[in-house]
Amino acid sequence: MKADAPLDLDTIRQRLAGTRGRKYWRCLEEVAETPAFEEFLHREFPAGASEWGDEFSRRGFLQLMAASFALAGFSACTKQPLEKIVPYVRQPPELTPGKPLYFATALTLGGFAQGVVATSHEGRPTKIEGNPDHPVSLGATKVFTQAAVLDLYDPDRAQTVLRAGQPSDWNTFVSAMHAILQDQQTKAGTGIRILTGSTTSPTLQSQLNAFLHQYSAAKWHQWEPLSRDNIRDGAWQAFGEIVETQYAFDKADVILALDADFLFTHPSSLRYARNFAQRRRVKDAAGAKMSRLYAVEPTPTITGSMADHRLPVSSAEVEAIARSLAQKLGLEVEAAATPHEEWVAAVARDLQAHPGTGIVIAGETQPAAVHVLAHLINAKLNNSGQTITYTVPAEPVPVNQLTSLQTLIKDLQSGGVDLLIMMEGNPVFDTPADLGFAEAVAKAKTVVRLGFEENETSRYCHWHIPAAHALESWSDVCAFDGTVTLIQPLIEPLFEGKTAHELIDALFQPPGRNSYDIVRAYWQAQKWPNFEKTWRTALNDGVVAGSASPAQQVKLTAKAPSKTAQASGKLEILFRPDPSIWDGRFVNNGWLQELPRPISKLTWDNAALVSPVLAQREKLENGDVVTLKFGGRTLRAPVWIMPGQAENSVTLHLGYGRERTGRVGAGTGFNAYALRTSQALWSGAGLEIKRTGEKYPLVDTQKHHSVEGRDIVRSGTIGEFTANARFLEAHKEPRPERDVTLYHPDEFKYDGYKWGMSIDLNVCIGCNACTIACQAENNIAVVGKTQVANGREMHWIRVDAYFQGSLDNPEVNNQPVPCMHCENAPCELVCPVGATVHDDEGLNVQVYNRCIGTRYCSNNCPYKVRRFNFLEFNAGMTPVQKMVKNPDVTVRSRGVMEKCTYCTQRINAARITAEIANRKIRDGEIITACQAACPVEAIVFGDLNDPESRVVKLKGQPLDYWMLGELNTRPRTSYLAKLRNPNPEMKS
Amino acid sequence: MAQIFSPRANTIARSSIVGVVAAIIFGGWATDAIYWSPYSTYVHVPQEQPVPFSHKHHVDGLGIDCRYCHTSVETSHYAGLPPTETCMTCHSQLWTQAPLLAPIHRSLASNTPVKWTRVNDLPDFVYFDHSIHVNKGVGCVTCHGQVDQMPLMWRENTLYMKWCLECHRAPENQLRPREEVFNMKWTKPADQAALGRDLVSKYHVHTDRLTNCSVCHH
Repeated sequence: MKADAPLDLDTIRQRLAGTRGRKYWRCLEEVAETPAFEEFLHREFPAGASEWGDEFSRRGFLQLMAASFALAGFSACTKQPLEKIVPYVRQPPELTPGKPLYFATALTLGGFAQGVVATSHEGRPTKIEGNPDHPVSLGATKVFTQAAVLDLYDPDRAQTVLRAGQPSDWNTFVSAMHAILQDQQTKAGTGIRILTGSTTSPTLQSQLNAFLHQYSAAKWHQWEPLSRDNIRDGAWQAFGEIVETQYAFDKADVILALDADFLFTHPSSLRYARNFAQRRRVKDAAGAKMSRLYAVEPTPTITGSMADHRLPVSSAEVEAIARSLAQKLGLEVEAAATPHEEWVAAVARDLQAHPGTGIVIAGETQPAAVHVLAHLINAKLNNSGQTITYTVPAEPVPVNQLTSLQTLIKDLQSGGVDLLIMMEGNPVFDTPADLGFAEAVAKAKTVVRLGFEENETSRYCHWHIPAAHALESWSDVCAFDGTVTLIQPLIEPLFEGKTAHELIDALFQPPGRNSYDIVRAYWQAQKWPNFEKTWRTALNDGVVAGSASPAQQVKLTAKAPSKTAQASGKLEILFRPDPSIWDGRFVNNGWLQELPRPISKLTWDNAALVSPVLAQREKLENGDVVTLKFGGRTLRAPVWIMPGQAENSVTLHLGYGRERTGRVGAGTGFNAYALRTSQALWSGAGLEIKRTGEKYPLVDTQKHHSVEGRDIVRSGTIGEFTANARFLEAHKEPRPERDVTLYHPDEFKYDGYKWGMSIDLNVCIGCNACTIACQAENNIAVVGKTQVANGREMHWIRVDAYFQGSLDNPEVNNQPVPCMHCENAPCELVCPVGATVHDDEGLNVQVYNRCIGTRYCSNNCPYKVRRFNFLEFNAGMTPVQKMVKNPDVTVRSRGVMEKCTYCTQRINAARITAEIANRKIRDGEIITACQAACPVEAIVFGDLNDPESRVVKLKGQPLDYWMLGELNTRPRTSYLAKLRNPNPEMKS
Repeated sequence: MAQIFSPRANTIARSSIVGVVAAIIFGGWATDAIYWSPYSTYVHVPQEQPVPFSHKHHVDGLGIDCRYCHTSVETSHYAGLPPTETCMTCHSQLWTQAPLLAPIHRSLASNTPVKWTRVNDLPDFVYFDHSIHVNKGVGCVTCHGQVDQMPLMWRENTLYMKWCLECHRAPENQLRPREEVFNMKWTKPADQAALGRDLVSKYHVHTDRLTNCSVCHH
């Protein structure tokens, strides 16, 4: 895109202030009406997207094309090659050839389980869905869970045992370990250290215990870069013991989130999102009720985007607000001044009006004092025991991980560590910059790392052991509520991957048990009644019945906490997990890299998020490279102007800027860990920011596929809704009659099934799970940063973010947009080769083998949901990479248009099953990939001819609307408008 | 000025016009002929296999049912190719020393599958499902031909889309009672049209949507 004239934020502000009624905007350029945005809007694809970007003359091109056309006929002359067909030698009895098998297992993030059901096609895992029986996933998935299957086939995985970087083997490693351990035996293992992340695996814990028992002076340390230390410390200070807080958002009327992204980053976020949505969904106007969410946060999050009232304040100010609130609720706390007294007072009154049905939740990024205050407030409001319960932590040994890490580094520095064993993790990259882990670890005599990929830490390892993927492993893990899941493999390790269990076991005599034996032996020792049956049931269900942590009776012992010392300085720096690549562990995952981040829609990079006010003050524009100076360290990073960002807070997403990673992650983003210190793990004051005058190309999809100034997203308040259920339809064009068309309105009768979809904007949190689930299900290609910049991303369902209101604190409305499957589809009329056609059930079908790539259909699609394969995006895949493809969906090649099919392969599978059984397809039998992944059940698919189906009932609700219905496209996908529940006391 | 073209040029011009037209016609005919010839369709071309397995011997001679080996034909899109173990149910006792069967014995001993050459193959963008066809009364013979008369397997039909559509447009011409699906000897009765219509309604074959693209392509 050509360079823009600088954005005039003042004009933007004026324009936004001057709007009447609800005006939605997608990006700053749109409000400013920059020429580049206008061009984006009016072109089907951005300039250059339709052309080949190389230096190539028109004449040369024409010559080549002439030759190509002349020869094109011959391309059909290839005859079908003969293929081989390879049956089993011994076919597994549970397998029906051609039918997938499903296994209940779990994936681990930050030590906690995400219960999943993994699909296996003839022994090849291809898709991950949530496990409906799992108490934390409830059938839904996070983006990370969806993308895990791509990691399994990552060609850049660690593949073999390395000794000082040279290939070695497992047996040599085991003998080397035993030589060291023999020496250590005489000194009780004084020189042995083990470093893990947070772990909840009962088997691993028992193995570690046994090891630490045998080597009594050996030590075990834990470090997770996104640590939950503040939560643990808060509980410790409040109750004198470490307990986990479990929230029941389904019982909450009023919720206050203090910098807590409980809908996305919390280990139990899927459950919380589901419960939260239960209280946000409305049916009929009469008696409609919604819970109310207040969010105080320095940087826009998914939770903040769902809030009815969002208060952007700096991270340091959150404590003052919590104090002020506590004081207003009658708690004796040391007060702190906040300019938001009025806001807090209104929240306090609202909370007081709902005793026992409120929740105050503090995030892991806030200091322990804020957590103590939250505990005190919840007790005061009688929420404890009602909406809030306390349980024994799922982590068997919860520790302050920063202290644990510091102790380890001290020991390393003293030179007293002979053997350091690291389980996963990347401490050289992700430990606080001031602790000097890299220099310290170099002093250890032998360093062993079990790792999934070679990373910055691998350089310091004498031994690098490839780790098995969760889908290749036997293990066990607890969910946030303590429920145990047995992890079972779907496939033998593709490479020489080992599990943590096998690594620890190899340190004992005699070594050599495999993970299955280890995990099974542990559970056998637990004296389950009727072990074999319980074991099999647990494997089948994906949960060990009744294993949730017991509730813990707690006694609030804390007096009001003293104020957390705050460093001075005007600008504040914030460190947050990246919404896609998390702490950096998913940096080599193309699906996650290309996933537009919630709200900012950035892809392939992180940026320093700055507020519009700060941008104006420092004369910054999107993509301007700045020098960030914090605590004596400097970092160069591009900025991104983030509407809704707290004025003086600059957010850096962690995990990017990796020096050593695979081919996908290499050269992306900048390393925010370089500024992160032990004093400022989540935030710190005293940041200095300076323009360098350089530019860095940041790529976002916010401008792509926008539809000019039309009635795309609809929202209102619950007050308006209860007053008039159809309030959104006032001043809107009515839905045209079916026969207002030049074509044959009755060409299709739809007397069999009639497929349709309803998307509830009211509960959609914009988490992107649908986008990535669709990518996994439908073999959607990753195109890379350059191609995204050209507007060539291939996602079949995108999540658009629409801002509304002021630049500094806009409301965010998320809208997932798949193909609408119009009954009067504009795309079908213009296809010269009949490659996009209607079927008798109303699907708008794209026939890849007919498509010749004219792109007329995309040009004529008002929803901009069609995607074109400009290049051979699937070229050059290794045989292992190809294994991720869904065998039920065609892999498209260059020159072919594609789009959402309503998962027609799933429809066909259900149809065949139903037809063989001689019955109709039942409601809920077809779950599309996006629907399955959605944590809030916002997407519902079904038969519009079945009056009892969920989708029909949803479409009958007064909030139902067609996007661009006035065009008489008669879309099969419709939306339920978004409602907010503002506090009538407060200004909006 | 002397003439540029000699009188001969007229003849050359005329004959080249005729020649070009003839060449185009011939080219078209040749392409069509090649396209429909066994060279590209593989129809009636016996394929060489690692073991010259004879359906004629096993089906016609011994009377083994299709489903003994193709176990999943009624339940899955894929009919299933027998694992080596299935061969071994008999051949662990019979012809154990036969050199022709050596690849099968080797496969079992080394736990490596036998790589057969695929005879009936569809393009990758077509999703054919055996189970639904079998359950709706499409006989094996209808697509695969008299397999019981094939010493070595060959493709009986082109499997081109045109051929698929012949039946998808008018299934009544091909359907047979469900219990006759695996019968190699069944022949169409004189009133196939009447029987077919009966079966179409009895088996709930939705003829109206059988030609929708989404039925076979996803």
